[in-house]
Amino acid sequence: MTTDTIPGALALACRAVTPAAPRDAVAGVMPSWVASPASVEEASAVLRAAADHDLAVVPRGGGTKLGWGAPPRRCDVVIDMLRMDRVLEHAAGDLVARVQAGVTMAHLAGVLGGAGQQLALDVPETGGLARYGSPTVGGVLATGIAGPRRLRYGTPRDLVIGVTAIRADGAVTRSGGKVVKNVAGYDLGKLFAGSYGTLGLIVEAVFRLHPLPAATAFVTDDVYGAAAVAQAVAAAAGSDLAPSAVEIDRPARGGPVRVGVLLEGDPGGVAERAGQMRGTLGAGSVASRSEPPWWGAAPGGTGASPGGGGPGGRGQGGTLIRIAFWAAALCGVLEAIDAAAGAAGLDPAVAGSAAAGVLHASVRPDAPPGAVAAFLGGLREAMARGKPGAAAGEGPPTRGSAVVLDAPDDVREVVDLWGPVPGLDLMRAVKDQFDPGHLMSPGRFAGGI
Amino acid sequence: MNETLIPRMVEICGSSGVVSDPLELRTYECDGLTSHRAAPALAVLPETAEQVAAVVKACAAAKVPFVARGSGTGLSGGALPRTDGVLIVMSKMRRIIAIDPISQRAIVEPGVTNLAVSTAARPFGYFYAPDPSSQIVCSVGGNVAENSGGAHCLKHGFTVHHVTGLQIVTPAGELTWLGDGTGAAAGYDLLGAFTGSEGTLGIVTKIVVKLTRIPQAVTTLLAAFRTTGAGGAAVSAIIGAGIVPAAIEMMDALAIEAAEAAVNCQYPAGAGAVLIVELDGPEADVRRDSAAVRALCEEAGCGEIREAADPAERAIIWAGRKSAFAAVGRITVAYIVQDGVVPRTALPRVLDRIAELSAAAGIRVANVFHAGDGNLHPLVLYDDASPRECEAAETLSGAILDLCIEYGGSITGEHGVGVDKSRYMPKMFGADDLETMQLLRCAFDPAGLCNPGKVFPTPRLCGGCRACTAACIPWSPPGRRSSSDDH
Repeated sequence: MTTDTIPGALALACRAVTPAAPRDAVAGVMPSWVASPASVEEASAVLRAAADHDLAVVPRGGGTKLGWGAPPRRCDVVIDMLRMDRVLEHAAGDLVARVQAGVTMAHLAGVLGGAGQQLALDVPETGGLARYGSPTVGGVLATGIAGPRRLRYGTPRDLVIGVTAIRADGAVTRSGGKVVKNVAGYDLGKLFAGSYGTLGLIVEAVFRLHPLPAATAFVTDDVYGAAAVAQAVAAAAGSDLAPSAVEIDRPARGGPVRVGVLLEGDPGGVAERAGQMRGTLGAGSVASRSEPPWWGAAPGGTGASPGGGGPGGRGQGGTLIRIAFWAAALCGVLEAIDAAAGAAGLDPAVAGSAAAGVLHASVRPDAPPGAVAAFLGGLREAMARGKPGAAAGEGPPTRGSAVVLDAPDDVREVVDLWGPVPGLDLMRAVKDQFDPGHLMSPGRFAGGI
Repeated sequence: MNETLIPRMVEICGSSGVVSDPLELRTYECDGLTSHRAAPALAVLPETAEQVAAVVKACAAAKVPFVARGSGTGLSGGALPRTDGVLIVMSKMRRIIAIDPISQRAIVEPGVTNLAVSTAARPFGYFYAPDPSSQIVCSVGGNVAENSGGAHCLKHGFTVHHVTGLQIVTPAGELTWLGDGTGAAAGYDLLGAFTGSEGTLGIVTKIVVKLTRIPQAVTTLLAAFRTTGAGGAAVSAIIGAGIVPAAIEMMDALAIEAAEAAVNCQYPAGAGAVLIVELDGPEADVRRDSAAVRALCEEAGCGEIREAADPAERAIIWAGRKSAFAAVGRITVAYIVQDGVVPRTALPRVLDRIAELSAAAGIRVANVFHAGDGNLHPLVLYDDASPRECEAAETLSGAILDLCIEYGGSITGEHGVGVDKSRYMPKMFGADDLETMQLLRCAFDPAGLCNPGKVFPTPRLCGGCRACTAACIPWSPPGRRSSSDDH
C-alpha cells in the first residue's frame, strides 16, 4: 500500500481521511494519512480499522506538544481531533463541564468564563514558537500539563472526573462520571492523564470547574542566591495567606531570581493579604494587580516553553527539561542546576512552580548536543545524590526527576529523555494489556512504551 | 488452607503475628458492613513492608487468595475476608516516619490513623485534609484503598488528591514505589489509578501524603429550613454565587430527631432540615463568604441561622451531624446506610423521589448527607424481625441507587463498591467499560489472588477477559451472610 492510496477500511471508517503532508510529521516521523473523525463512532471505527490493518496511530489535538516525548517507532495514521470540538455540557450549577477532546482551552475558557467559572489549569495559550495551533483539552489531558496554579488546583489528573477513551481495538470505554464525588470502579482518567496517547484515544472528558476569583494580586520580589530564593519561596508557601501560586523566574545564572506569589479571592481580602505577603517577602517586594510579564511563560523566552513546542511538532525551540522535586530540596536543586550547567558550559534559563516542586529549564537551540547531555547527566546525578532529608532510606528511593519534554533532533539522539522511572515494569504491563499490538503512539513514552 | 502455609507465615511474622484459631479469626469476619461475614482461613499481622511482601509472595506461590485489612471501618465489605484465604491485617504498621513541613509532605505507614497524621502535623501548622467521619480509627492505608473523602472534601479534595507516593507490594509479592512523592513523577499515573482500587491491585506499605496549611479562619453556620427542598435551594444558591465552602452538610427532620434524642444538639426546634455550612480560608474571604451565605440562606427561606464563634460552639454544631448515623440506630431496630451521588442541582428532585419511594414502601428513610457534592447517605430504617420489612428495605435501598444513576450520578461517592455493590456496576458501566477496568487489574494481578470478588460483578469478567495473560482463578460468589444475618 502506498501513501496516496487510502486503505479502503480507513476511508470507510471516517469521511475525512487525507494523505499526510510534511507538516503532519510527528517528532520527525512522517505518517501516511491523517484521519479527522467527527464523532466517537468515527474515531472508534478509525482505531478498529487501524487495528485490523496493523497501522500505528498517533492522536493529535492542537499539535502544540506533538514534539514532546520520543519520536514514535511507527506512525501510519495521525488522528486529528480538531473536528470533535464541542462543549457537550456545561452544568454551571454543578461546576462540571463535559467536552470533546478537540475543544481548545481558549474556547472552553470563553464558554466557562461567561458563567464566572474556569477549568483551573492556566495552561499557556501558545507560548514560544507554538504557531501550530491552540492547545486542546485532549492534548492537555494527554500530556498532563498545568501552569502556576498547580499549587492550589493541581494538574489535569486532579480535575478530570470522567473520561471516554477508545482502546486500540476500537472499543469505546468510559470511567468516572459526571459527579465530582465518585468511587465506583477504577479511575482510568488518572491513567490516561499524562499517558501521551499510548493507552488509547481520549475523545471526551468531564472536568471539575472552579469559580473565577473576584480579585487577584501578584506580589513579586528580586532575590539573589539559591538559599535566599528557597527561603522566600518557603516563607510564601508556608504562610497562612493561601497563595494560589508561588513562582520563580531565573533568566540567567548569577543574576536576580524573580519570586512571584499569586493571591486570589475577595477584593478587600486580596489587597490585605498582598500587604501581608509583602511583609513576608521583604521590603523590596512589590504588589500589583496585573500579572508580571514572565508569569507562567517559557523560561528565558528561548521558545521552548511548557506551553508549546515548535511548529510541525518538531523541537525547534531548544531543549525543555521538566525538573520535579520535593519543595524542601529547592535550594539544592537550584545549586545542582547551576553546577551541572556550569560544568557543561551552558546557561539554561529556569522558571516554574517552585513551591509545588516543578521547574522548567530551557537550553538554547544552538547548544551543542553533547553539552546538553552532560548538563542533564550532571543534574540527574546531583539530584539522586542530594540529601534525601528526613527518613532517608524509608521514603521513595528517588525524590525527583529531570525529564526532557522537547528537544532538537540532535539532542534527542544523545540523551535519555525520561531518566529512571519508578514502577516501569508495571507500566509496561499496563501498556501490554491496553494495547497488546503496540499501535498507540508506540515508543513515545517512558521506557520505550 | 495449604498445610505448609501456616509454618511459612509463622517464619515470616513470628507466632504472635499469625492467627489461626477459629474463634480468634472471628474477630476479623467483617468490616463496617456487618451484613457480610466470612472468617478468613488465616490472619497475619506483619510489622514491616518486607514481611508483607514475603506474606504475599508465599500466598502467590501457594495460589491462595489474600485480602488486606486496615482498621476495618469500611462500609462496603472491601476488607471482607475469603474463607479460603489469608487476611493481612495492617494494624501493627503504624509509624509516622517523617513530617516535612517545607515540602508539605508526611511519610506514614498504612496502619496510622487518619487523625494521627493531622495531630502530628499540627505543631508545624499543617493538617491532613481528607477527613472521613471515621477518622479517629480509620487507617490511611484503608483511605488509599477506598479513596476516602469526608465532609471537607468539597473544597479540599479526596485521598487521591493528597497522596503523592505509595510503596506497594504487588500481587506477585514485589515491593515497588508508585510515584516519588513529588506529584509530578515521570510515567503513567499508576498512583492515581491505584488509589481507590479497593485493595484489588496490591497492598500499600508506605504512603507519602500532602499536608495542607491550617487555614487562617474557620467559621461554621447552622441554618434551619422548613423543608429539604428549601435547604437544597440554598445549597444551589451558595455554589451559584461562586462560593466553595469547606463543607455543606444537610440533615432532614428524621435525622435531626434522632440526633436530638442522642446528643441533645439543640438544633432549631421544628426544623424540616438543617444545613451546616463551614467556611475556611483567609479571614477576609471567610467574613465575606459568611455574610453572603447568611443572605442566601435567608433568601431561600431559612428560619433561623446560628454561627459558631469558637471551636467549642463549632463542635456543638457538628456533634449532631457526626452522631447522626449512630443516633438513627436508637430510633430503629436496624438500618441500611446507603451511599449514592447525584449532581448537586438534582438534589431537591431526588429527595422528593426518595420521599415518594419511602411512603410507597412504608419504610422510613432518614437523610444525612454531604449536600455540597450531592453525596446522599439515606439511612433506610427497618425491623429485621419482619421479613416483609427486610425485603422492602433492600428494595428501597436499591431503588435509591437506581435514582442516582437515572440522574447521572454514581452508585457510591465514598464508601466504595466492595462486595456490597458489585452487582450494580453493570448498571453504571457498560461491558466494554468493565472489561477495560479489568485490563488494569490483569496488569497488576494476572493470577486474580488480590482481594478477589470485590468491585466487579462475579464471575463473568476476569475469566473471559480478552487480554488476561495468566489463568485467572474462578471467583466464587462474595462471602455468604452468616445465618444470624440472613434475611
